[in-house]
Amino acid sequence: MKIPRIISILLVLLLALPSLVGCAGDSAEVIKIGVIASLTGEVAVYGNAVAEAVKLYVEQFNEAGGIGGKKIKIIEYDDKGNATEAVNAYNRLVSSDNVVAIIGPVISTPTLSVAELSAADNVPMITGTATHPDVTKYGKNYFRACFEDPFQGGAITRFAADYLKAKSGAIIYNTSDAYSTGLKDSITATANEIGFTITATEGYAKGDVDFKAQLTNIIQTNPDVIFIPEYYQSAYLICKQARELGFTGTFLGVDGTDGILEMEGVDPSIVEGMYFANHFAADSTDPDVVKFVEDYNKKYGKNPNALAALGYDAAMILINAIKTVIENGGEGFALTNSAEHRQLIIDALRATELDCVTGNIKFDENNNPIKECVIIQIRDGANHFVANY
Amino acid sequence: MTFLYQILNGIQIGAIYALVALGYSMVYGIVKLINFAHGDIIMLGSYAVWYFMTRLNMPWWLATIATIIFCSIVGIIIEKLAYKPLRNSARISLLITAIGVSLFLQNTVQLIFTANPKMFVTFIPSGGFSIGNRSISYTTLITIAISAAIMVALTLLVSKTKIGKAMRAVSEDNRTAQLMGINVDNTISFTFALGSGLAAVAAVLYVCSYSQIAPTMGSMLGLKAFVAAVLGGIGSIPGAMLGGLLIGVAESLTKGYISSQLADAVLFGILIIVLLVKPTGFFGRGDREKV
Repeated sequence: MKIPRIISILLVLLLALPSLVGCAGDSAEVIKIGVIASLTGEVAVYGNAVAEAVKLYVEQFNEAGGIGGKKIKIIEYDDKGNATEAVNAYNRLVSSDNVVAIIGPVISTPTLSVAELSAADNVPMITGTATHPDVTKYGKNYFRACFEDPFQGGAITRFAADYLKAKSGAIIYNTSDAYSTGLKDSITATANEIGFTITATEGYAKGDVDFKAQLTNIIQTNPDVIFIPEYYQSAYLICKQARELGFTGTFLGVDGTDGILEMEGVDPSIVEGMYFANHFAADSTDPDVVKFVEDYNKKYGKNPNALAALGYDAAMILINAIKTVIENGGEGFALTNSAEHRQLIIDALRATELDCVTGNIKFDENNNPIKECVIIQIRDGANHFVANY
Repeated sequence: MTFLYQILNGIQIGAIYALVALGYSMVYGIVKLINFAHGDIIMLGSYAVWYFMTRLNMPWWLATIATIIFCSIVGIIIEKLAYKPLRNSARISLLITAIGVSLFLQNTVQLIFTANPKMFVTFIPSGGFSIGNRSISYTTLITIAISAAIMVALTLLVSKTKIGKAMRAVSEDNRTAQLMGINVDNTISFTFALGSGLAAVAAVLYVCSYSQIAPTMGSMLGLKAFVAAVLGGIGSIPGAMLGGLLIGVAESLTKGYISSQLADAVLFGILIIVLLVKPTGFFGRGDREKV
């Protein structure tokens, strides 16, 4: 079949069009940053908190003039808390959206997959919230705004022994989740170190909703506290079933517990009295926190949780690093996603020293921040600051 | 004592598996179809009872009745639209259609209610009978009692009533049943409605125990109930009940005494062993291939 020449020319033009549009518009005026967050799915409360906080910071930053008139533009993808989706989002951001750096993902499992991939590309990455130790170990390009799992696992265990004067505890954890198993290991290690008795360690698989068999075994050993290193959805079901089986002791959670009170249809009496380790307390009196809580409240009509605070900090750290790079570049410098510019941003990130919402942030040699954690208690259906650990 | 509790935990979830397995078994008995969309009827039922109670503010008993009616109607519609046109085609086409229906239901619900799980606030009073530092929750007792009552009622329905007789006749040989003046179409529709209604009851009991509702919740539950149906002998009603309870107890004991990671492996291991050793299960009848 012969295609008329005019049609073939039109077709070629049609195919070429998107790439032309791509060049024309954005390179000069905006700086594109990717965001990967779990906006739907089991941990949607986290992803939305992070995404909202990032938007808040970017908005404030752009309103204040951006970087010499250049605005920051966010390109956001939903990973549903899933590693495969996160990798797809990462590939799209790097190869077709041409972003200069990426914030995210939100929880540890997808972040680990993206971390491995991004190390080879040396893309500047910062996650606000993924606490698994290995996140920053694949390459020198990955940073985070939160503390690591071993640290908070240790803190909540010491808190149980020192502050609550508990004698013994049991652990129930998710065997198919890197975050949960990592925390289980650090709780066990700290308990051994300080001579705190762990009466039972029980596991379950991802997606389980029936924990009664494991809890029956745990209650049999009569622990004072139960450690639940798990995200809020499953943590809530575990607490509910433990109470149904007659457990009267205290539940101890981790930063994944944050968000438990925001679930639709939650019964706060089930988690009343629970303590958990966290990155930030919204009822703190620190001026940076007070201002952040106020701004967030004004924009979204609710109090920020710790994930929001960390998302805000991640955006602040990354955008400040980009600003440094552009300012150092001097007149006529145009930031691209070239390998050279990626390295410049990574170097600027490493040199970060900033007063953030979750504390003063400086990175150690492994790109992890050096900071403290707070312990929060759920009382009368609200989070209350208890202690720094 | 702990052992007794583990058995009780197992019976509670097993009773729910049994209700679901009954749906699989009855439908298989009548149209020789493994209805893989059956698990998703439970998912629909869970969303329905949640919606009726939280969005339409119905009292729990009305919401439960409405859910049963809703699921039964959905069951009939699925049969009429998806399965009936294929009744005389190869069985593999039916099976693939069932998987298609399952995906369709999951994705439709995900589109309407998003992938975010919903929390269901149980209407069964919390607490229970305490014995020492343990307690047996009312939810557990009610789940077991209701399932037992329904199984008795179902057995009576199938063995004593006219429609039950029609069901048995159609499952024996639907051509002959038709010649004897039994309306095969209506009987099949009734079976789907009944199976889906049982799934609705299972859904209500399930969300009262486990609170969490998600678009994909039906898949694993459906698969486990399917194993239960095969273990009991697919097509057999007492088999489905026994299979469900055994699977529930096996799961609970594996989690409690061996390893929770192995629980699913043990369940599906049971499926493999049954299929290798006694493919007809406990109560299944041998294949009556007609030449």
